[in-house]
Amino acid sequence: MMGDPHIGFIVAAYAVAVATIGAMIGWVVLDFRNLSAELARATRALDGARGGAKGNLRLD
Amino acid sequence: MVNLANPTTFVELTRRVLPWLVAATAVLFVSGLWLSFAAPPDYQQGETVKIMYLHVPAAWMATFVYAVMTAAALGTLVWRHPLADAAQKAAAPLGAGFTFICLVTGSLWGKPMWGTYWVWDARLTSVLVLFILYLGLIALWRAIDDPGRAAKAAAILTLVGAVDLPIIKFSVDWWNTLHQPASVFRLDGPTIAPELLMPLLVMSLAFTCLFLTLHLMAIRNEILRRRIARVTMLAAVEGDRLAPEFATRGA
Repeated sequence: MMGDPHIGFIVAAYAVAVATIGAMIGWVVLDFRNLSAELARATRALDGARGGAKGNLRLD
Repeated sequence: MVNLANPTTFVELTRRVLPWLVAATAVLFVSGLWLSFAAPPDYQQGETVKIMYLHVPAAWMATFVYAVMTAAALGTLVWRHPLADAAQKAAAPLGAGFTFICLVTGSLWGKPMWGTYWVWDARLTSVLVLFILYLGLIALWRAIDDPGRAAKAAAILTLVGAVDLPIIKFSVDWWNTLHQPASVFRLDGPTIAPELLMPLLVMSLAFTCLFLTLHLMAIRNEILRRRIARVTMLAAVEGDRLAPEFATRGA
């Protein structure tokens, strides 16, 4: 196969496919990590707001 | 289907199914690539036929993903399934990715076989239109802030764009094109040699499994995005509710 006159086209096609599929996988995985971290932060903020309410009421 | 309308049930199902799908995708890709490189060269095209094992599955996925999005658009507008718009939104970047692979590998296959990277024939142009449709849909979701309005607008555009699917399929029959006619899905059976057909089918299965895996993960991401919005809103409401109390007590 390496002696084929069009080997450059074959290698380029596979390289583009690998890069694009890698980008698709990376996008989904990184998005999940970022969203999980963001959800944890948002949940802490909500708990903090609710906890703050209870604490404030107790002080009174 | 009814149970899957519950995002929590869907996320739980995704958690159980994903490892199997990832494994199946990996096994199919390894097998498909091994079969592709072990397959004999084509009598006319030589080794350049190896590009077919990427180009054809990517082309099938490009149209399949749009068909999935069309079904999801109907789910949004007609049946109002709670996850239909999430499924549609999650599929668009994946469809764009597969269409990009199809266009670029086709171009790289066309140069040595046809003598040109691109011609404005019906098949190539209709696939380019599909790629632009995907990009337009992604842009539409980003342009409209209200998720409900964005989902409806995207669903309508998806249904309008679905007219491109039969044009892509039958373009090689309806017009004189440089692109070859169908050689696998034909009423009189495939015209492609079995030695070349087997790796092509395995690679197609691999691409299908890849899409299913990434689509499930992307829908799960959309569900997470909605949860974040809901929790953030609840936190803001709690904060607003407390603000007058603090103000009163402070005074």
